[in-house]
Amino acid sequence: MTIYAKLGYTLLGLLIVLNWGFLMGATFRKIGARVAGRYGIPFYQPWLNLLKNISTRTTITHGVMYYIGPVFRLTGGIGLFLFMPMVFTGTVDGPWTNFSFEGDLILILYFQVFGMLGMALGAGQGGHPYSAMGIARGLAQHAAVELPLTLAFISIAIQFDTFSVYKIVAAQQGGIENWVLFTNPFAAATIILAMLGAMGHSPFNLVKAPNEILIGPATEFEGTYLGFMQSAGSILHVMEAVLFMNLVFGGASNWIELIVKTFLIYFWSVFVGMVFPRFKIEQSVTWFFKVPLLLGFLAIIIYSF
Amino acid sequence: MINDKNSKKIVDIIQDFSRRHSLFVLAYGTGCGAIEIPPTMTSRYDAERFGIRGMATPRQADLLLITGYLASKTLKRVIRAYEQMQDPKYVIGFGSCTINGGMYWDSYNTIKILSDYIPVDVYINGCMPRPEAVITGFIELQNLIKEGKANGAQKYKENLEWYRENQRKVIKDWKMPDYNW
Repeated sequence: MTIYAKLGYTLLGLLIVLNWGFLMGATFRKIGARVAGRYGIPFYQPWLNLLKNISTRTTITHGVMYYIGPVFRLTGGIGLFLFMPMVFTGTVDGPWTNFSFEGDLILILYFQVFGMLGMALGAGQGGHPYSAMGIARGLAQHAAVELPLTLAFISIAIQFDTFSVYKIVAAQQGGIENWVLFTNPFAAATIILAMLGAMGHSPFNLVKAPNEILIGPATEFEGTYLGFMQSAGSILHVMEAVLFMNLVFGGASNWIELIVKTFLIYFWSVFVGMVFPRFKIEQSVTWFFKVPLLLGFLAIIIYSF
Repeated sequence: MINDKNSKKIVDIIQDFSRRHSLFVLAYGTGCGAIEIPPTMTSRYDAERFGIRGMATPRQADLLLITGYLASKTLKRVIRAYEQMQDPKYVIGFGSCTINGGMYWDSYNTIKILSDYIPVDVYINGCMPRPEAVITGFIELQNLIKEGKANGAQKYKENLEWYRENQRKVIKDWKMPDYNW
């Protein structure tokens, strides 16, 4: 496959991922409304919000980092996408594998933190007196989520003896019994629990909650910047779901399978969020340092011998 | 004029469509009218189906909802919140108190007519208006946006001296920052 065809497929894939992210976001709000006994938004509301935000006539800026923050966040999402094999086609040079290469799991781990760092840098220059506090809380929770997640990733890497996401997907083909969910249940359980934090829905959404310490890192971002952040959030949500699908649930062999699997993975965190109220930061950090971290250690220990 | 009906381009029509169906509300709960906002937003009346949802920061909000009387102290905060909002921005005056002072018509420490201090697009009368009336007010604002008549921000910029003069009459210790909006 020529590099131009590959680029074309990658751009098309990004478009699909962005729109699928918006649709999932709308479905999330709709489910929340139905749980609360309301009718809820129309399904096209996120596109309208994006359009409205990028068409404000004035936008305040607070400096260079304020511009670069949302761009960093979007880069985090797109970076996750660029090195993630989306659809398993039997060859790493296939149409929807993007730019997956040996060792992309390590790069993906970096890109997961990238978005949060972008937020930190942007909000730091945002002129908001409490943004540093919001960012500190966000990074504390993010570190608590990343630790069990990384242990589970390393356990899966030891299991298949590779750091390539594509090879991990390839090793899980041939039936449901080959999925990491069944071959490495401790790593799978760690990922399924830590995923709740990575998705950032209700028990663990204090960081981006609109009314906490007036109002968290994103307060000062408006207009186009907010539109950027919404797009980045949508891409990040889909890509997190795709990552967990690739690592635990056997990947996808076509887009329909990808959409069904990412929907179920995403809505696992949504439904948990519908049931459980918000944790304080110290509660969520201790929660991640108990069961998920212990399971992560077990997953590592089992595959080390 | 961007919002002039006669010169409306296809881009403006699309933008206005998105603006009127995605109103982020900064509900400034100054008075007793704020108690009507929860039923408007929750399961009984559900304003979110019109694309109207609450927003906690003025930077990201499009619509400032003044729910009830404004004491002369709170006016200062309202002006600061209003000036931090980004350009297509709308104001709804809610309840009789914002129209003519209502039951506080002879009070020494509330303002009487809200549109002397910030440009108001829609007034909802009543003491206090029921959620049906509030939703009707929102829809009236959506119609104004559609017709290109909801340009309070431009009015505020053009008549800034007049508004400042009125505001300074109420706010004696004027220590307000200048916004480069």
